[in-house]
Amino acid sequence: MGRFLERLLQLIPVLLGVSLIVFLMLALTPGDPVEIMIGDQNMTAEQEALLRSDLGLDRPLPERFLNFLGNAVQGDFGTSYFHRRPVSEVISERLPATIELSLVAMLIALATAIPLGVAAAIHKNTIIDRIATVGSLFGVSLPGFWFGILLLMLFAVHLRLLPVSGRIGFESEVPSVTGFLLIDTLLQGRFSAFLDALKHILLPAITLGLPMTAILTRVTRTAMLEVMRQDYVAFAEAKGISRRRILFRHALKNALIPTVSVAAIETGSLLGGNMIVETVFGWPGLGRLVVESIFVRNYPLVQAAVLLYAVTYVLMNFVADILYTVLNPRVKL
Amino acid sequence: MSGTMGNLLEVRGLRTVFDTRAGEVRAVDGVDLDVRPGECLGVVGESGSGKSVTFASVMGLVRSPGRIEEGTIRFEGRDLRALSPKELRRIRGRHIAMTMQDALTALNPALTIGEQILEVLYAHDETLPSVGRARTEAARKKAVEMLTLVGIPSADDRLRYYPHEFSGGMRQRIMIAIALACRPKLLIADEPTTALDVTIQAQVLELIADIRTRLGMSVVLITHDLGVVSEYCDRVMVLYAGQVVEEGPTAAVIGDPRHPYTKGLLRSIPRLSLRGQPIEPIEGQVPDLIGLPPQCRFYSRCNERIDACLQPIAMREIGAARRARCIRLEEETRP
Repeated sequence: MGRFLERLLQLIPVLLGVSLIVFLMLALTPGDPVEIMIGDQNMTAEQEALLRSDLGLDRPLPERFLNFLGNAVQGDFGTSYFHRRPVSEVISERLPATIELSLVAMLIALATAIPLGVAAAIHKNTIIDRIATVGSLFGVSLPGFWFGILLLMLFAVHLRLLPVSGRIGFESEVPSVTGFLLIDTLLQGRFSAFLDALKHILLPAITLGLPMTAILTRVTRTAMLEVMRQDYVAFAEAKGISRRRILFRHALKNALIPTVSVAAIETGSLLGGNMIVETVFGWPGLGRLVVESIFVRNYPLVQAAVLLYAVTYVLMNFVADILYTVLNPRVKL
Repeated sequence: MSGTMGNLLEVRGLRTVFDTRAGEVRAVDGVDLDVRPGECLGVVGESGSGKSVTFASVMGLVRSPGRIEEGTIRFEGRDLRALSPKELRRIRGRHIAMTMQDALTALNPALTIGEQILEVLYAHDETLPSVGRARTEAARKKAVEMLTLVGIPSADDRLRYYPHEFSGGMRQRIMIAIALACRPKLLIADEPTTALDVTIQAQVLELIADIRTRLGMSVVLITHDLGVVSEYCDRVMVLYAGQVVEEGPTAAVIGDPRHPYTKGLLRSIPRLSLRGQPIEPIEGQVPDLIGLPPQCRFYSRCNERIDACLQPIAMREIGAARRARCIRLEEETRP
């Protein structure tokens, strides 16, 4: 329990620091939201000044920052310049798409990386091991936008197996319940719509999950190799129990301790790292919203989104801690 | 050596090598050994003498880059090397069990001790009911029985504890209980006391001796402590650089050692009766096991060496029950 409180308290300085940095970076970035909003329209100097004071942009920087903090503490992150609606509302509309994408990416990564890492460790120095090791090197090194475009060209353009962009086809749209299309379609018993959503999410999720798959494969492989050398594996062998039980109960349970911790932290960065993937695949999530908002200098939205990323990251680190404790009986929270 | 049908374990000409970058390490080089039903055999030698590798070979647990090059290993007359991995697994843990040096590392930290003892029973015990609750209950009962036998109080509750929740001595007992869960005919105890405090060492050895008589099993006690051997073992085998150098009934070997290495080992034990006198270590080091010349392996450290020792030395009988690997056996080297 003490650790839990400590973590929550840690959030305060992190969030303050992140707020300040984002605020300053936005303020120092060239480009003026008011000018962008005016665009080609003709506007008098008075109208422009009015708009500026309306948005609070005529106040000095420190005052604007303190205002933002004061409101944020009360859960008010301001109004999106562009949407003319509360930022929290705009973000929560986009959030389910991003969370869904990240979770599927994580599931794909775990489902690929753990078996692959285990196989590589068991068959060390064989062709399987080489494929896994070299493959994971590629996985970490390939830029997401390039890999995503390659997948698109192959599966969507040439083979025409999968859609090019979006979350779901026009004809498959369902009323939103949870905001997660994979769940909503199933809840309403529309299996074909579920398949459609699945087809849409496949390529972006693979692209997003690729670096995580690569990292987790390596972590699993290393952890497995380390564990297989331990005395308790030799003792288990001396007991004459089945090889499967030795691998999956004795070895993997210990090897998963580092793997799961890394997976949780990586999931934190997945949620914050999908701007490129969402842009490439036209995924209507938070990442793309943030990219668009940066272009139009939509300060309040960017500010709030980055804070959300920071909170997520810290919380996922916390989840990693908890999982570590759950898997490792020697550590108590 | 008189190979008889009555031996529980019979090893002949065992050679286990490790392929390393520097060359082939002959860790076990032509070992013959017998374990008779119900006896306790002490296996003595310094680190690197091949005592652990010999029995890892017996268990079929030599890991890459090690491999058994030649030799036969017979357990109750069956050639273990000819068995499939699956057949071997049916013998391991059931008829031949092993305990490791340090229970802290031999017990899996992520599994409860209950799971670790029950899985042996599930794997081997055919007297358990085949399915369902009855099976679980019967296995649990046996596990508790065995844990109680090794002196774990309120074993029933302790089944759900993890290894780190026990003291070192308790962990050693739990490891022994796991090894003995299926009441094996042969227990190989690899340095069972090295990781323990002196006071607990004696308890653990007494425990093994006690259970040995109760279950009527044979025990191989791997150790480098001749004191332990003289107290608990019927026969003793001394290994040096991958070869047996002396073997015989404990009292005879310790009372009248014939190989210079055994003599050296005995001289290097601190004794109360020799208080004040410096103990005599054996000078020098175990030779590198890569590319050994075909001479007596103890040559470089032997204080009785002669030129004739520079040829291959065979094991030779001394009377009916003893053997030693020294060219000067016939000479009366004792004063």
